[in-house]
Amino acid sequence: MKKNVLGIFILLVAIFVITAVINPKFLNAYNMQNLIKWSSLYAVMSLGVAFVIITGGIDLSIGSVVGLVSVVLSICLKLEGMDPWSAIGITLVLSLGIGLLHGLLITKAKVQPFVVTLCGLLVYRSMGRWLTDNQSIGPMPYEEDAGYKNLEQIQGLDFLFSGKIALGSFNLPTPALFILVLSIAAAVFLRRTIWGRYLFALGNNEEGTRYSGIDTDRMKILAYVLCSLFAGIAGILFAFELDSVQPAQTGEFYELYAIAAAVLGGCSLRGGEGSVLGVVIAAAVIRLIYNSINMVGISTHLEFGILGLVILLGVIGDEFLKKAVARKQAAQKT
Amino acid sequence: MDESSSPLLEVSGLRKSFPGVLALRGVSLHLQKGEVLALIGENGAGKSTLMKILAGVQPADEGDFRVSGKKVSFRNVNDAMDKGIALIHQELNLCGNLDLAANVFLGREPTKAGLIDESEMRRQTEKFLSQVGLNLPVDTLAGSIPIGKQQLVEIAKALSCNARVLIMDEPTSSLSQKETETLFEVVKNLRSKGISVIYISHRLGEVKELADRVTVFRDGENAGELMQDQIDHDNMVKLMVGRELSEFYDRQVHNPGKPVLSLKDLRCPSYPQHPLSLEVSEGEIVGVAGLVGAGRTELLQTIFGVTPALGGSLEISGEAKEIRNPRAAISVGIALAPEDRKQHGLVLPMSVRENSSLPSLQRDASRGWLNENAERTVTQNAVKSMKIKTPNYEQMARFLSGGNQQKIVLGKWLAMSPKLLLLDEPTRGIDVGAKREIYKLMEKLAGEGMAILFVSSEMEEVLGMADRAYVMHEGQISGELSRDQLSEKAIMNLATGNLAAA
Repeated sequence: MKKNVLGIFILLVAIFVITAVINPKFLNAYNMQNLIKWSSLYAVMSLGVAFVIITGGIDLSIGSVVGLVSVVLSICLKLEGMDPWSAIGITLVLSLGIGLLHGLLITKAKVQPFVVTLCGLLVYRSMGRWLTDNQSIGPMPYEEDAGYKNLEQIQGLDFLFSGKIALGSFNLPTPALFILVLSIAAAVFLRRTIWGRYLFALGNNEEGTRYSGIDTDRMKILAYVLCSLFAGIAGILFAFELDSVQPAQTGEFYELYAIAAAVLGGCSLRGGEGSVLGVVIAAAVIRLIYNSINMVGISTHLEFGILGLVILLGVIGDEFLKKAVARKQAAQKT
Repeated sequence: MDESSSPLLEVSGLRKSFPGVLALRGVSLHLQKGEVLALIGENGAGKSTLMKILAGVQPADEGDFRVSGKKVSFRNVNDAMDKGIALIHQELNLCGNLDLAANVFLGREPTKAGLIDESEMRRQTEKFLSQVGLNLPVDTLAGSIPIGKQQLVEIAKALSCNARVLIMDEPTSSLSQKETETLFEVVKNLRSKGISVIYISHRLGEVKELADRVTVFRDGENAGELMQDQIDHDNMVKLMVGRELSEFYDRQVHNPGKPVLSLKDLRCPSYPQHPLSLEVSEGEIVGVAGLVGAGRTELLQTIFGVTPALGGSLEISGEAKEIRNPRAAISVGIALAPEDRKQHGLVLPMSVRENSSLPSLQRDASRGWLNENAERTVTQNAVKSMKIKTPNYEQMARFLSGGNQQKIVLGKWLAMSPKLLLLDEPTRGIDVGAKREIYKLMEKLAGEGMAILFVSSEMEEVLGMADRAYVMHEGQISGELSRDQLSEKAIMNLATGNLAAA
């Protein structure tokens, strides 16, 4: 597990150094702040899907949940003039509800996770478009909006979710604090509580875990709830970050970045494996690759191609590493 | 050596190891043309491993392997088939959704102008089916015929590849009496046509009836050979267990106490038409015998809540309980060491520690926080009391031998101090040493008052360990035998539905 994280960390450092050497502008404060901000936003979604992938499941609806949550939040704040903390509460309850629905459909109605969340992807996206009549919208109210009366509070939220904290001459984007707190919480949950252990156990062998007296259905539901909750938190962060939410586009394909980061970070789609640190670093690697392509001057048309190859090679390398570790353990006979 | 005098098949010095277990330690075996050789030995003796090597399913680590005196080595099943060796699997491998002709010629379909030559395929299939005494239309779907007939189709399939040696691994384990008789006729008929058969079985009665010669394996080595006139039950058992039976099953006298489990008309989802009633008391070891598929595993799974009962009553220590899932079963003091250890008993990619503590984590946790001290203690106790051989607690369960894996399963349940221990094929795939330890443990636990209900397909195990046994046949309890009524014959009669003779 530790070697695993080391591999991805070396990859991060390598790309970082190479880019910095080729284009020193890469290191300027503004670029670094951006990189940290986007890495943090991606990492929130990636951590969420990691819970689900650890159980051997998948969630394709993350991007649409991000889109729907940012739309609903904007409507509540800007058009409805709702108390800002209640609006945040509503969006979190909405994302919890979505996760609960996914979990129930998967465990009780026995629909495959791929199908459930693929349908979710379609449904939530169209709900967002319908609610807004497909017009772009943002959380910040104008004078004519009902939410204008809460402007100060909303500006406070804006600072909380997409502000910058000055550390000397460096301005740390607040999403970095979110990912710090969330990743510590996720790591503690996975490694120090019985539920975390159960998620790993059932991801490796669901039947065997059930035979040991664990309510595997409940644990799977929990994983989907956490996944959607993290997607919802990401949705709030994105809404304030983007200022203008495009109901048809915001969050599109984000589930794929999240899954890619989880996989690159050491989660196996077969379930039972994964580490928080690996996933967070992998999310940063993905954002870093984007940034490097720009900085180094490679055609942006190659973005996806390079990203795909890096993930593929990373996973192959990881597989080799795992085999080597397994051989070592097997040799260590009684 | 003249080719005609060399045996059809001859292996010697064959060795094979798997992670954590040495399955074959230099075994040898030979087979003549037109001979039925029975290969016997307890579970884990290495019979199935040898068969897989002979049929090209797995390579051997080392050893000499000759067909008609010529040295060969098989890289895959096709190589073995080319030399005329075919394995009839314990689990049948027919595609239920295809008809018989398609199954017999799967992968070798005769073609004309690039298309499947249906009429040729049908004609050929009819020929081979009649050789095994099957008169079924060749367009019957394989999934629609009973298992005994499916097996004959498998044999027909082997014959269609010009097989000279048929390897049958426990062919009768799920057959009725009648199907077994049919199979024997087919085997004898093939023998008279010069086809050789290697026959693996636990049923010593069958071996006696069918075999020209018996080779016995014990713990991955040759334990002896019996010529036709030496084949009898006692000789075979002695060679299989390596000592007198009474020594191997070191039994004490139990004085059963109050009933722990009593089932009244319990209806399992697998055979809801047959309500089951039975009782197990404190300090009692009760066996459940029967053929594969008789519903024994399903009975244990229903008691344990894996497949909840559809009706009837289940009492634990006199109190009626409704058990909807394994969690509920565990909470009333039931534990199950399942038949499929790898799928149901363990989480193989997890460590000895994580496996040992899995059921007790919640009990030892406070507000969901893992209690690492308690976890370590539970593991330590399991490893010590069960004598689990592992380099350390963090070793993945996958890399331990079958015996040690089973000990982890038992260890994790003992940490829960169950009142009733359900064991499903407790010694399957386990070497003789570990087997003895498990029998000793069963004795010790019964001595301490635990109620034990175990399912076993191994005749010797039921005869050796049970204070009392129930026999199941096609989902019903066909009879109950007390300690002095227990005999191979009585069990087989009840197990094959031959009630009158019991």
